[in-house]
Amino acid sequence: MSYVEGLRCKVCSTLYPVEARTICPEDFGPLEVSYDYEAMRGSVSQQSIEAGPASLWRYRDLLPIEGEPKAGLRSGMTPLIKADRLAAELGVAELYIKDDSANYPTFSYKDRVVSVAVTKAIELGFDTVGCASTGNLAHSVAAHAAQAGLQAVVLIPHDLEEGKILATQVFGQRMVKIDGNYDDVNRLCSQIAGEFPYALVNVNLRPFYTEGAKTHGFEIAEQLGWRLPQHTVVPVAGGTILPKIWKAFQEFIDLDLVEDTKPTIHAAQPAGCNPVAEAIEEGAEVFRPQKPDTVAKSLAIGNPADGFFVMEVVRDSGGASASPPDEEILSAVELLASTEGIFAEPAGGTTLAGAIRLIESGQIPRGESICVCITGNGLKTAEAFRGRFAEAPVIAARLDAFTEVMASSEKNELTAVATASTVE
Amino acid sequence: MSNEVKVHIPGELRAQVDDQTEVAISGATVQEVLGSLASTYPVLGKRLFSPEGQLNRFVNIYLNDEDIRFLDNLDTALSNGDEISIVPAIAGG
Repeated sequence: MSYVEGLRCKVCSTLYPVEARTICPEDFGPLEVSYDYEAMRGSVSQQSIEAGPASLWRYRDLLPIEGEPKAGLRSGMTPLIKADRLAAELGVAELYIKDDSANYPTFSYKDRVVSVAVTKAIELGFDTVGCASTGNLAHSVAAHAAQAGLQAVVLIPHDLEEGKILATQVFGQRMVKIDGNYDDVNRLCSQIAGEFPYALVNVNLRPFYTEGAKTHGFEIAEQLGWRLPQHTVVPVAGGTILPKIWKAFQEFIDLDLVEDTKPTIHAAQPAGCNPVAEAIEEGAEVFRPQKPDTVAKSLAIGNPADGFFVMEVVRDSGGASASPPDEEILSAVELLASTEGIFAEPAGGTTLAGAIRLIESGQIPRGESICVCITGNGLKTAEAFRGRFAEAPVIAARLDAFTEVMASSEKNELTAVATASTVE
Repeated sequence: MSNEVKVHIPGELRAQVDDQTEVAISGATVQEVLGSLASTYPVLGKRLFSPEGQLNRFVNIYLNDEDIRFLDNLDTALSNGDEISIVPAIAGG
């Protein structure tokens, strides 16, 4: 039993039954899960959610599954950290990090969407799941498929970080590298979905998959003590999570679970791949696709099909966008690490560097509450930091050698350099 | 000058073109080819173009392997034997 009514076209509002379908055949508008919110009223409460499991499935009434969850039973409920040391560094009053680099089992926000999509794939009777991915999604699909006893076929661009590739291959599923960029992979997958009997989680199961991203927003609100941050800064790749965080906030408002404090959502994209941020900055109606060239490979989507909805949410909420270049992105990863002990992937550096730009430009006032969404873990992209740190000294195992090396000022000099490079 | 090109039809649209997977059409530009496809198959045409002639924003058009927005968009000139693909936009992740 669920509150799902069906799949509704975001453009013409036609309602379709629950099935593996992603676009409206009338106008190609994306389909979104539609719920009976009236029926939820009175049943879905702060208490009913708090009584649920310590995973994203505590929000199952607002997720599109019919039976019991079959994947991701330990996914979600990642830390929301009050980042006081980073706040002091940036000169802001109230700063939070929503840390999906600690998500289970594959350390990115993708464990949320995959938990829902794999459960749905099983409900719909598929035995093979797959995806088009910039790395984190492939990693998560392979892990969840292995755990659920399904087959997986994951498609990725050929030039991803080695850490993501090996960490995916260990699950023993099929991986195919495409000689092209993510947009080529995505285009191929939309054709594969029409020809092969696969549940491609972000293609033909997309309406269900994207609903999982709402749980990132639900958790922010619940973990803040059932209130919304005034500013939420979100990275943009394909454009899934930003509109879904907005939808999560609006659902909680509509169900009277939080007060409507008029939250603002801001978008961050790397300068080397910023079609949506650029269109927002220019006030354009449509974005122009780009050929990505950025260290933030998980954000390297030059033709984001949900980019239009990102633009809509950012504008409707009174938000802004920022496009930091690679050096600022890597420096922001180092700043987050050195102040809060969190190692984010460059996508997280993009979000933090974007937040810093918006704070410095006054678009995010220093006195208002800010949440920065970290969606992936730096351990998978460690090679992005190769050559950025001085070699650690190698010494003999003798106390005098250690005393001598500690007397040198090398560490202090390095710290000074690292700090200087973060303050642009 | 008019060239004959092949237009690949996605699964979602094949019912509107008598279940063909590809259609051969002549035209000098992408606009001409899609325009004549739209007038030959008006149900498909209504889905591809707005009444004002704007291409549906949820559809991507590729000439050979390149998105036409990286070329001259609908004005992109065609050569004999080119292949055009109509691909519904599906977001990724």
